Amino acid sequence: MRARTPKRPKLAVWKFASCDGCQLSLLDCEDELLAIAGKVEIANFLEASRAVVKGPYDLSLVEGSITTPHDAQRITQVRKASKFLVTIGACATAGGIQALRNFGHVREFLSVVYAKPEYIETLATSTAIAEHVKVDFELRGCPINKQQLVEVLSAFLKGRKPNVSSASVCIECKRRGTVCVMVAQGIPCLGPVTHAGCGAICPAYHRGCYGCFGPKEAANTASLSRQLTVLGVSEEQRQRLYRTFNANAEPFRTESAHA
Amino acid sequence: MHKTISVGALARVEGEGALLIKIKDRAVTDVQLKIYEPPRFFEAFLRGRDFTEAPDITARICGICPIAYQMSATHAMEDACGVTVDGQLRALRRLIYCGEWIESHALHIFFLHAPDFLGCEDAIQMAKAHPQIVERALRLKKAGNAIMSLIGGREIHPINVRVGGFYRVPTQAELGPLAEELKWARDAARETVAWVAKLSFPEFSQPYEYVALRHPDEYPFNEGRLVSNKGLDIAVSDFEQHVVEEQVPHSNALHAKLQARGSYHVGPMARYSLNFDKLSPIAQEAARSAGLGLTCNNPFQSIIVRAVEVLYACDEALRIIDAYEPPPKPFVPVEPRAATGFGCSEAPRGILYHRYQLDAEGHIVEAKIVPPTSQNQRMIEEDLRTFIPPRIDLPDDQLQWQCEQAIRNYDPCISCATHFLKLTVER
Ligand code: SF4
Ligand code: SF4
Repeated sequence: MRARTPKRPKLAVWKFASCDGCQLSLLDCEDELLAIAGKVEIANFLEASRAVVKGPYDLSLVEGSITTPHDAQRITQVRKASKFLVTIGACATAGGIQALRNFGHVREFLSVVYAKPEYIETLATSTAIAEHVKVDFELRGCPINKQQLVEVLSAFLKGRKPNVSSASVCIECKRRGTVCVMVAQGIPCLGPVTHAGCGAICPAYHRGCYGCFGPKEAANTASLSRQLTVLGVSEEQRQRLYRTFNANAEPFRTESAHA
Repeated sequence: MHKTISVGALARVEGEGALLIKIKDRAVTDVQLKIYEPPRFFEAFLRGRDFTEAPDITARICGICPIAYQMSATHAMEDACGVTVDGQLRALRRLIYCGEWIESHALHIFFLHAPDFLGCEDAIQMAKAHPQIVERALRLKKAGNAIMSLIGGREIHPINVRVGGFYRVPTQAELGPLAEELKWARDAARETVAWVAKLSFPEFSQPYEYVALRHPDEYPFNEGRLVSNKGLDIAVSDFEQHVVEEQVPHSNALHAKLQARGSYHVGPMARYSLNFDKLSPIAQEAARSAGLGLTCNNPFQSIIVRAVEVLYACDEALRIIDAYEPPPKPFVPVEPRAATGFGCSEAPRGILYHRYQLDAEGHIVEAKIVPPTSQNQRMIEEDLRTFIPPRIDLPDDQLQWQCEQAIRNYDPCISCATHFLKLTVER
């Protein structure tokens, strides 16, 4: 059994509907993982460990969205057992790709013949964790950026606020010195309305941003939509552009309804 | 003796699953691998999307093997549109797949599987007793991730893969530092094969039907025919003529089986046993010195086979980098047409089948995805039915741990397995 040092804060990682990518980001911190593991007690992290220590937990990282009645229950228990609760990724902060079910497709899904639907329990919606319980901090991205995750963990350990930019991807493009793909090449790009965090990868690889970090604060989606029209993007394409991994985040949801 | 062994939540697998075993009068009466991960309905909402969106969208089925989804999807779309991607672009696709095999297999070998053999709850505990091993593991995994980041833009859900090729291709100079690290990784992988070969393995050999891709010239990643050791030899497009999927009450994932013979086994052991002759000489040599034959039938030894595949992937990545010259264009143009396309590639956990029907504008009319874990599910349950009887007198906690280990042999990815189910509404 694991030796317990009472001073180390207890870290728990929880999974709801998701692809496991955001919690994998923690294991992908190859350079920092052992240092992190030395500073906290990993009390619940099923993907990585059989050992499960009872709560309460000092910090809970929550991945995934709420899509079943059982999970809606479970998240309230996780909240009760956690001092700090941080959501990681687009699933947990916006409902994720599985929130595409929220856009009136439910009937259509049902009409698809399914042998024994009575075996399956699912809600008609996929919703963010913050729609169910109080969340102390949200880390964006599909997947999250692991450097930002390390920043959140160190901020937690030092008792300070995480230093995570709330600017747009555009600012990161400028900082990186990437020529604007929309201005120079007419490639449709969600960079102006998308939350920073990835380091503006897509434009650096000659493609437009597809919004995987979700809407930035006060995103001017109406203005971007006008520009997309100038570039010849059809209404249908525009709707699809807003409806991917953060489709249920408010500004993207509203803007996609206009298309 | 009546007893029930129930593991509420399986650890060190991707996604959420549980295990239920019922024993009555010293006989196993029921084994249920329960996959309760909530369904996410990918096949339903892919309909109506543009064919170019499938690689980014289907990647989100699984964060552990996004390249597998991107490769199966791009190949299926190119198949539908009548386009072939060749030369250096094809080589780059193999290269990024090498990256995924290295990082995913390293994760499984050291973090998910090895702790069982050493009696540890996790790799962090293992790091205390075997610090050098865990440090080597982390660096090896990082080398795989470095390929993913450079070619794909980032390690999880890479952004650079597109139908027809890539958005941007690397320069030779960018690949240089990668090659340096991969030379180290190749040595580390060889040492890993030797290390895992020394673990002790339960006596357990099964007469599996192995199914994997087979290509005339190469160890398979993206292309080939689907073959088995019991007579299957079909084109990828015939997959659904031979494989049927069944719904079972205890799982949110469909069970696949071969119409002709029932359960089958996909993954590293199947690839290895059907394609040993296509491994590079270094990998063959390492396998021989690890005591593996041309086939391997003990699923607990899958850890050795994975290590051999990591070695092969490092070797293959170095070969590709060495022969690399940037292609004139990062992609070939692809025009949609009304057609159906098929793709199957070798995810770290086994074959991943995609089929898409497109309309003339390139909208997806229908999508079908069969991931490796739903193909292995029946096999896992069958393994347990054979594995338990000789061990039936073990104390419950030991029996439980050994059964969990038997499941982890498959590196099951439960997030993958539950991508597809249709929706029931509860209000
Ligand atoms: S946000 Fe994206 S990467 Fe993270 S769990 Fe959800 S689908 Fe996976
Ligand atoms: S889609 Fe946008 S936010 Fe996501 S990685 Fe690309 S540039 Fe960054």
